[in-house]
Amino acid sequence: MQAEPTSQVAPNIIHPKKISKFANLMTDIKKNKHYYILMSPYMLIFFTFTVIPVLFSLGLSFFYFNMLEFPRFVGWQNYSRLFLNDDVFMIALKNTFMFAVVTGPISYIACFIFAWIINELSPKVRAVMTLIFYAPSISGNVFFIWLIVFSGDRYGYLNGFLIKFGFLLEPIQWLTNEKYILTIVIVVQLWLSLGTSFLAFIAGLQTIDQTLIEAGAVDGIKNRWQELWFITLPSMRPQLMFGAVMQITGSLAVADIAIALAGFPSVNYSAHTIVTHLMDYGTIRFEMGYASAIATVLFGIMIGTNMVTQKLLRKVGE
Amino acid sequence: MVVKLMSAFRTTRKLNRSFTVSFLLFAFLALFGAFMALPLLYAVNNAFKPLDELFIFPPRFFVNNPTFDNFYDLVALMGNSWVPLSRYIANTLLITIIGTAGHILLASAAAYPLAKYHFPGSKALFAIVVLALMFSGHVTAIPNYMVMSWLGWINTHASIIVPSLAFPLGLFLMKQFMEQIPTALLEAAKIDGANEYRIYWSIVMPNVKPAWLTLMILQFPALWGTDGGSFIYSENLKTLHYALGQITAGGIARAGVGAAVALILMIVPITLFVISQSSVIQTMATSGMKE
Repeated sequence: MQAEPTSQVAPNIIHPKKISKFANLMTDIKKNKHYYILMSPYMLIFFTFTVIPVLFSLGLSFFYFNMLEFPRFVGWQNYSRLFLNDDVFMIALKNTFMFAVVTGPISYIACFIFAWIINELSPKVRAVMTLIFYAPSISGNVFFIWLIVFSGDRYGYLNGFLIKFGFLLEPIQWLTNEKYILTIVIVVQLWLSLGTSFLAFIAGLQTIDQTLIEAGAVDGIKNRWQELWFITLPSMRPQLMFGAVMQITGSLAVADIAIALAGFPSVNYSAHTIVTHLMDYGTIRFEMGYASAIATVLFGIMIGTNMVTQKLLRKVGE
Repeated sequence: MVVKLMSAFRTTRKLNRSFTVSFLLFAFLALFGAFMALPLLYAVNNAFKPLDELFIFPPRFFVNNPTFDNFYDLVALMGNSWVPLSRYIANTLLITIIGTAGHILLASAAAYPLAKYHFPGSKALFAIVVLALMFSGHVTAIPNYMVMSWLGWINTHASIIVPSLAFPLGLFLMKQFMEQIPTALLEAAKIDGANEYRIYWSIVMPNVKPAWLTLMILQFPALWGTDGGSFIYSENLKTLHYALGQITAGGIARAGVGAAVALILMIVPITLFVISQSSVIQTMATSGMKE
């Protein structure tokens, strides 16, 4: 950097410094221009369809907009209506939390436990078991098989089985009875939920440094629970955090399965979630401002839950 | 058989475990393995059942007289419809192949600079990508619809393909995996006179083949199972999964044909996973989030 004469007045001293900082940045950007060019196609699409829409949705949530008329600013009205005047949203909120509180932790722990057990198998058996547990989550949308299992007539697999063995006298309408819908959606959701995080856990367990385990044995680790808590879990903390993000986001976004099994809208909104509420206002009623307010609330819940969980997971093994 | 399988448990253990615990673990795994596998096995069996077996009471799990009738019926049924079955398959293949290949290409091009270099904005961009992992696509559904309509992409395959090219999970996994590439290798190439694009294409890309397969196995089922959502309404642009919905909506009379389509839909992603499993596990080892 060039030395400035000390006799100059104060603004002139600050000014060149400012320019040089900016100029530094510009030369930095110019020097790295190939990297920006490499990233540009992905980032262009990513910003157009993910980043800007989030901000746009946040802004739109303060307007009344029906895709035809010019948007009208309504302030916090969408939010006050959502939380004070919309009984169905309260049901959706309650159902979403019910799903998430049950399927989130259970699927997360299941991913880990199955990965932990499978990891102890010989490589060939391990590959087969991995396939069996992972297959449902990528098998397309064959969860409609569960429609046959829970079908309301006696040809339904569950009804047929229960009638044959005398537990039931007549078939139960599993998917249109408020008492059962939520449980059934949760079961099917769990069936589908051993996905990316399950694979991440298996991979994480395989890369644990074996010398750590041997060193632990020397240091007085007595049983597998101690080994799990003091060595295994801390060693794969990065995978645990990644898996948590996958499972939380998935469990808060339950919609496709609820719609496929319970219909849309479901009987008395018994399988209505925030996402199906969003679809209702966004794609059927075209109240885009109101739907954006729902989307913004969903965004807040997802980010908030993830952040809190990440904080908690940093404490594992301490 | 059981004892032989159980002995598999003891190959890698470090601490002693009693026979009882091994047995309990085996039982636990077998029970839940059955819960996971039975519906899929049932789907396979159903596709080969003749009509009389599909509607037998009480329902039977395994097929007695396997037949390809359901598949012939499927072809006949779709041959008579306005849009032939091959059209739905072609649409699905088009969306899936372009979407998956394009995603691997764009995500790795963006992941390479983020993984190996520091430059203005690199940290912020990656932080945004990680943040994007924390919410689902439903959040952006409404603005996306508007963007599509402004671009004039409603009722085109681009409305499905283009947003899928920039799913954040692919970039995240690719970037984490690329961090393993030794920097010395890249510097050597630079000294030899290769420019950045050449380094990306001839050095980085061949070194991350396992990550390609991983991105494929994550992207493929999502696109393979798409029904066009709210973007596509012309019948001749619809996908195979949408056709399955139409067939099963035909009710009980179409149960056999529906099972045949379901088998076609599920067998392709599962086969891909069988082929790519070890590469996927290798990539996932680097999937962790750093603190």
